[in-house]
Amino acid sequence: MTTATATATAVPVRGAGVDAAPARATAQTTAIAFEDVSKTFAVDGREFDALKRVNLSVERGEIFGIVGYSGAGKSTLLRTVNGLDRPTSGRVVVDGHDVGSLNPRDLSRLRQRIGMIFQQFNLLQSRTVYQNVAYPLKHAGVPKGELLDRVEELLDFVGLADKALQYPNRLSGGQKQRVGIARALANRPDILISDEATSALDPQTTGEVLDLLQRVNREYGVTILLVTHEMDVVRRIADRVAVMQRGEIVEHGTVYDVFADPVHPTTRRFVSSVISHEAAESTLERIRRVHDGRLVRIHVGDRGSNDPFLSRIARTHRVDFNVVYGGVSELQSRLFGTLTVELLGADADVDAAVRELAGIVEVTDVAIREGASIA
Amino acid sequence: MPETDFSTLLPKIWNALLETLVMVTGAFIAAAVLGVLLGHVVYATRAGNLLQNATVFTVINAVVNIVRPVPFIIVAVALIPVTRIVMGSSIGPVAAIFPLALVASVAIARIAESNLVAVDPGVVEAGAAMGVRPWRVLFTIVIPEALGPLALGLTYIFVALVDATAVAGVIGGGGLGNLAMTYGYQRFDWVTMFIVIAVLIAIVQLAQFAGNRIARLVMHEGR
Ligand SMILES: Nc1ncnc2c1ncn2[C@@H]1O[C@H](COP(=O)(O)OP(=O)(O)OP(=O)(O)O)[C@@H](O)[C@H]1O
Ligand SMILES: [Mg+2]
Repeated sequence: MTTATATATAVPVRGAGVDAAPARATAQTTAIAFEDVSKTFAVDGREFDALKRVNLSVERGEIFGIVGYSGAGKSTLLRTVNGLDRPTSGRVVVDGHDVGSLNPRDLSRLRQRIGMIFQQFNLLQSRTVYQNVAYPLKHAGVPKGELLDRVEELLDFVGLADKALQYPNRLSGGQKQRVGIARALANRPDILISDEATSALDPQTTGEVLDLLQRVNREYGVTILLVTHEMDVVRRIADRVAVMQRGEIVEHGTVYDVFADPVHPTTRRFVSSVISHEAAESTLERIRRVHDGRLVRIHVGDRGSNDPFLSRIARTHRVDFNVVYGGVSELQSRLFGTLTVELLGADADVDAAVRELAGIVEVTDVAIREGASIA
Repeated sequence: MPETDFSTLLPKIWNALLETLVMVTGAFIAAAVLGVLLGHVVYATRAGNLLQNATVFTVINAVVNIVRPVPFIIVAVALIPVTRIVMGSSIGPVAAIFPLALVASVAIARIAESNLVAVDPGVVEAGAAMGVRPWRVLFTIVIPEALGPLALGLTYIFVALVDATAVAGVIGGGGLGNLAMTYGYQRFDWVTMFIVIAVLIAIVQLAQFAGNRIARLVMHEGR
């Protein structure tokens, strides 16, 4: 099992309940700490818990993804970071400041240091691209000469220098989001929060925007907290991920760990939406119609040697094998995958082969039917 | 049916045109200022908004709702004593500006408010997320974003005012509407009436054309 409890604050263990104790001190390396954050909305006199005691910390310089289905509370959680939503209880600490305790002026200052981008871009339609990016700078009191250079630099960075004088309604979705990113970066924020920034874009454009966000993270060292319902976004750029369901974080860890070994059913569903190394039950049934030998799953990861263990062990034990399903992927520069293999031979030989395999890689049997299992 | 005497008719039409323009522009300018202001107050004091204030909101909202559905001719007649106090007289185009402006203000208040409400809340939120304080969000984001539709709304009111001056004319305001009524309706002088109608159409067309241009200008070639 891979469990990431990498931070100083008490975070819930993946797959376990969320009964962690409230956090104590916030380490200097922590950019955002959610400490027992709950949020209750009152709708028509009835109360609704949008967030239930969320504990999580986002480290400086990382890209942290939050995934969950619609209504899970992702946006609500994200909006507590810059105080657009206030927790009913618990607190959110950003760069050492308890967001809820700031007076309006200090909150306004903090917000200038947290860039935010939106699914619908939210550009000012009555202003040009240049004016949109200049807007937060003007508001922060940046002198005119400096402002011009800064806007130019930002538009260069997002590749829209030639669109400076256009109005947003003349831009494509991807271009609009790049203006949104330039605007969010205008005041050199330490943190960028993103609410479904690519959900309104086609796959090609999504890729471009994600690449840009990655550059923002790497070149400017900006910590990015993004929420999305697309696991692919997480897979492509996030370092760590948390899965939300009904206001709770049900699992979190490094992207590699969560993808390689998802525990919670919701996480499994999200992971299988982008990576499917294991056959679904219906697929297995079809496979079994042809392959009636013993089926095992071999979990492979990065390997240190080029030992051809599968064929070597098969030869040693005089068994044959068929690879019937599987795949290997790369994540965060590491490989992981699962191969479903049919082993054919005398029962004793097959057993011996499986035992030897298990000494090298993780092996699990594929159940014959629901509930039944060959041990 | 009487012969139409153009040598006396033309100066009459010219005179009536001037009276109408005085009423329309006077009322329009006053109503634009007052109405846009009222619209902003209603918008800002609405629950959940910048200056959330239930009392102010309810009072202005009620006044707007009471005045709006009352036909203009009734408002104008009912206001005669007040008009006399405010404008010094209750007869003539200048006096008519008062009831016209009042009715138009209320309509403009509603239009301005709905234009402000229609501004994408996402844009307002983006302003807040950038650390822009509410007052500045109102003046640097909400109002500029609402300007295009507002220009169209004001044009609509301008045209409606031309319409209303006809009624104002009947109760002593003078103007083109009055001329058309007295010559066309009472004396069956169709020629005069048609000329007056042509002039009215021209004014309306011109106003609409100008309004559209201005709106397109502030909306940046249409969204
Ligand atoms: N202002 C509000 N008033 C009442 N209920 C709200 C409010 N904002 C959010 N909620 C409720 O809280 C829950 C979480 O909403 P939230 O927007 O955080 O979900 P989400 O995970 O971002 O979903 P989506 O993927 O659809 O954006 C939802 O059930 C929503 O209806
Ligand atoms: Mg959301």
